Amino acid sequence: MTMTEKALEGTGRFLDDRLHGARGVRVFLRKVFPDHWSFLLGEIALYSFVILLLTGTFLTLFFQPSMTDVVYHGSYTPLDGVHMSEAYASTLNISFDVRGGLLMRQIHHWAAILFVAAILCHMLRIFFTGAFRKPRELNWLIGIVLFTLAFTEGLFGYSLPDDLLSGTGLRILEGVILSIPIVGTYLTFFLFGGQFPGHDIIPRLYIIHVLLIPGLLLALISAHLFLMFHQKHTQMPGKGRTDTNVVGQQMYPYFMAKTGAWFFFIFGVTTLLSTFAQINPVWIYGPYNPSGISAGSQPDFYLGFLEGALRMWPSWRWNMLGHSWAFNVFVPAFVPLGLILTALAIWPFAEAWITRDHREHHVLDRPRNAPTRTALGMAGVTFYGILWLEGANDIVSRFLDISLYVTTEIARYAIFIGPVVAYWLTKRICLGLQRKDNHLLEHGVETGIIRQLPSGEYIEVTRPVSEETRAVLEARRGLPQIEAVGDDEVPARSARGGLGRLRVSLNRALTEGIPLPHGNGHGNGHGNGQAGEPAPVSAPGARPDALEQGDGDGDGAGA
Amino acid sequence: MSETQPGHGLPAEGDGGRSRAPHRVIGTPPPAQARTLLGEGPGSAEPEAPRELPAGPDNPAKARTAERVIAACFIASMLASVGFVAAYVGLEVHSLDATLRSNLALGLSMSVAFMAMGAGATIWVRTIMPNVEQVEERHPLAATGEERQAFAKTFKEGAEASGFLQRPLLRRTLIAASVPLAAAPLVVLRDLGPLPGTSLRHTVWRKGLRMVVYGPNTPLRAADFSIPGQMITVVPEGYAENQDVLAKATTIIIKFAPGQLVPNTPGRRGTVMNWTVDNIVAYSKICTHVGCPVALYEETTHHILCPCHQSTFDATNGAQVIFGPAPRPLPQLPIGTDSQGYLIATSDYHVPVGPTFWELGADGFRGGNE
Amino acid sequence: MSWITALRRRPAAGYAVVLLGLVTIGMGYAALTTQGSPASAATPGTVSPQTIAQGKELFSVTCASCHGVDAQGTSQAPSLVGVGAAAVDFQVSTGRMPAKELAPEFDRKPVTFTTEQIHSIAAYIASLGGGPAIPSAAEVSTSGADLALGQSLFITDCAQCHNFDGAGGALTFGKFAPALTASTNTQIFEAMLTGPEAMPVFPDSTITPAQKRDVIAYITRIRAEPNPGGFSLGRLGPVTEGIVGFLGGIGVLVFLAMWITMKRRES
Repeated sequence: MTMTEKALEGTGRFLDDRLHGARGVRVFLRKVFPDHWSFLLGEIALYSFVILLLTGTFLTLFFQPSMTDVVYHGSYTPLDGVHMSEAYASTLNISFDVRGGLLMRQIHHWAAILFVAAILCHMLRIFFTGAFRKPRELNWLIGIVLFTLAFTEGLFGYSLPDDLLSGTGLRILEGVILSIPIVGTYLTFFLFGGQFPGHDIIPRLYIIHVLLIPGLLLALISAHLFLMFHQKHTQMPGKGRTDTNVVGQQMYPYFMAKTGAWFFFIFGVTTLLSTFAQINPVWIYGPYNPSGISAGSQPDFYLGFLEGALRMWPSWRWNMLGHSWAFNVFVPAFVPLGLILTALAIWPFAEAWITRDHREHHVLDRPRNAPTRTALGMAGVTFYGILWLEGANDIVSRFLDISLYVTTEIARYAIFIGPVVAYWLTKRICLGLQRKDNHLLEHGVETGIIRQLPSGEYIEVTRPVSEETRAVLEARRGLPQIEAVGDDEVPARSARGGLGRLRVSLNRALTEGIPLPHGNGHGNGHGNGQAGEPAPVSAPGARPDALEQGDGDGDGAGA
Repeated sequence: MSETQPGHGLPAEGDGGRSRAPHRVIGTPPPAQARTLLGEGPGSAEPEAPRELPAGPDNPAKARTAERVIAACFIASMLASVGFVAAYVGLEVHSLDATLRSNLALGLSMSVAFMAMGAGATIWVRTIMPNVEQVEERHPLAATGEERQAFAKTFKEGAEASGFLQRPLLRRTLIAASVPLAAAPLVVLRDLGPLPGTSLRHTVWRKGLRMVVYGPNTPLRAADFSIPGQMITVVPEGYAENQDVLAKATTIIIKFAPGQLVPNTPGRRGTVMNWTVDNIVAYSKICTHVGCPVALYEETTHHILCPCHQSTFDATNGAQVIFGPAPRPLPQLPIGTDSQGYLIATSDYHVPVGPTFWELGADGFRGGNE
Repeated sequence: MSWITALRRRPAAGYAVVLLGLVTIGMGYAALTTQGSPASAATPGTVSPQTIAQGKELFSVTCASCHGVDAQGTSQAPSLVGVGAAAVDFQVSTGRMPAKELAPEFDRKPVTFTTEQIHSIAAYIASLGGGPAIPSAAEVSTSGADLALGQSLFITDCAQCHNFDGAGGALTFGKFAPALTASTNTQIFEAMLTGPEAMPVFPDSTITPAQKRDVIAYITRIRAEPNPGGFSLGRLGPVTEGIVGFLGGIGVLVFLAMWITMKRRES
């Protein structure tokens, strides 16, 4: 053996003698990871978190989380002699008097932007491909908690420098908490240690930002990753891919190399942004002062939807018996957020209830193959997006030359009309894409070869789609239907009563789809024993073929 | 040193590790990892398992060119990392221009270092590593029926052994003890802050307190604030450095031409003329929506616009809300002049300033009515 | 050129074309948008009757159609009696006046008159009813100004409309507070002094000339500052940062992710 092999063998034996790892580590090294670009979105969030930890640690070595008043005499001359908090002064110090400090601050902030943006994109990918279905509902819920923690962490983080822009955000936070009935004033005074701004909020946000929430994030991210490893990653439909296998490339050396490359790319893109795109220039904002404000004050993008909700809401309030219900603040601050988070959290369970589908799912849906789910998701995205856009309405007004009040008026109507239009449009697009897939399956792919027939007619020669493509195109359409009526004309147990009838009608709506073309003799290419197809769109009341009704007896995949 | 030694049983050094059959002196016990029932010897080695992964790239020629590209990437990354250190050592900060240069140099070198590593690794995976498609079988996640039954049995037996379910007195007292044990420590959070009391209802403004222009912190004569269309931010004299005070007491004053202000009458809300001085009116700068400073004064429309959420107040008639989410008008500060003509407050605001809170009550919404 | 043809069928080809198109459009747009140039602000000398007469003539030809023959105002435009030479100098030297059409707010545009002509119109208007005078060069010089006080005043009384960097902001009903990027010292002084259009007035009795110079010093200093962190993204705050983060950050990363996971061609 060579020296290297001897060393490796020695190390391996040392560890295995103590940890019984040979078998487990081998399983780990041979774990197969499927390949698709959209599977890398979650890793953007993961590696951004690592970058945040690294750069954040650097920043904690120099940042002073204190609101003590100091007079600035550092390198940024326009603020020389100005009173400011120690937190702000130390931020200026990091930016202009510590080598690499500005770069670290910018990487930290850009990584935070990418962190939340990646979580959003990843969450949407999970939703639109149905990766939240059994057995991954727990991971979905953990993900929603991670999402909430992420933007809270961002809010507290960018408030730490105590500059004019983020201080205004804290002022708004105070106003929002004040609006909470019964306990609002007490919560505000406990959080700020008295009246706004007080001297306690920055140090308190600091410890939450560098210790408490990162600790929670670490724990939950570990759980999230562990579940993903244990349950194995899902895969896109394709040739040879079933609900009982994973097709891809193994961890060692393939996935390790790819994920290592990905980490470097993420760090590299974040650093590129931090080199060429200035972010959060607190020295221009100036130190926080409750009597000053800038036009175009917005929070970071991930809170834009809350800001938009506050802007578009009418001035509703109710005074009763010496107390005031500030609906104009309390409702927009909590209701849209609550709606979105609740809808996200219950969706996997709602979908399972509507479809009565309790099987394990490891092959993803192409979004077009679940038109109603995709359309509902786009309606949600539109709802969120309108709130988000309204959050920037003064900048939109200024640069797109739309009158300021008109932007808010438009938003007030669009918030209802937009999701409906988005739902309808998306559904039509999905069904159209399904028809296109059918066309490909039936007629094949155009080859570009034109042939003239003896009759004089010109035709374009087509060839059948490749096996790979066929497997993808034939992926399961729509979601399984439930049987409303049994063979003996008696309604099925699950379809009885008001709730049962609701379930059936929701089921019909959710399972709309264009059936695969008949007679191509290939079945669904899954081998998971699913027979039958969803009802065609044109006949919504048609009786579907009987489907397996997995009712959770726990033997997992299909047949 | 290529000879085997007695008792070690390791393969000779010089054979390149190809043979998996260990060379061994007869009679020496075999090492643990190669022990079999039938003993060892040349020719009785286990058959080699088939390879799971190919040993080399699919296209060796392409791999050779790629190797050069990858090496170049890694060398570029190495140089960039060195460049990073050089930039750190060589470039100072302490001024905007110097910081710009330093940030550019450090950031660029670090970006190149990372991107080149990433590119090199990606090309490596895509050209050097053989292209394989591997299939791993999934096992059902749910345990088998027997496993579940065994679990249930263990759980049940343990519960019975613990006596938890059979002894309600113990169970209930345990729960009764645990709940306050968990909840009691929360009480130590009480001293996070004082109770609000009535502090939100008052500001420091009082009779005789002069207004100063925020910034220069100089008092202002009414005679110096005489051009219609003027607006300025004022704060109580002596409190300009106190942010807790400013957060409630910051005020804007606006000068109007005669006849522009709409007086407050019993039938109709407007500006309380008793609280003005020579058509100079003072309103709280703290927005009644969520507390941003509201100070966009449009001279032509007499509207005061808050930049945060676009609440708009009409300055001529008591800062009534004409658009936006603010629920009540900006409180008007009663002002007058002192003996030397400087603008002063003649009392505190008659209603609380700032956002609506639970204890505010209908009184807070009455605007200028006294 | 056969290498282009060979690449045409690659899956990434479509994306590359779209990217190229977007970049070309973006660069073309940036190249074609122009900025108006500010007129130089030399102070007028003593005002002679000839200057006033010249100004009156220019006024009657260009301005009287909206502002009235004697500048007394019409339904379309306000009276200019008493606004002062400073107001005229501001409006005309920034190109806002003469206005080409009625609008809620007027933006900078190319200047119509020479400096001498502007001063003559200003002198004529001043002769009608007085008002603030055009400041001298010394009055708008920022040497020795107190930047800290300027910052304090700017943030408290200017930034809520003009933005923390003077990048401008929206007002109601189509009005806006313009960006301060192209304003000269004189124009900033005059704007504070006369309160053009929707802007409130900050006369010398409230914000003294020295304090005005402090504000001007801060504005001119800030806008000329380099951006040590990279491109400024408009100095508009988190909105543009978010756009860049998604399009630049996530967008570029998605392309890189496609590269890493793309199916390899059979060799």
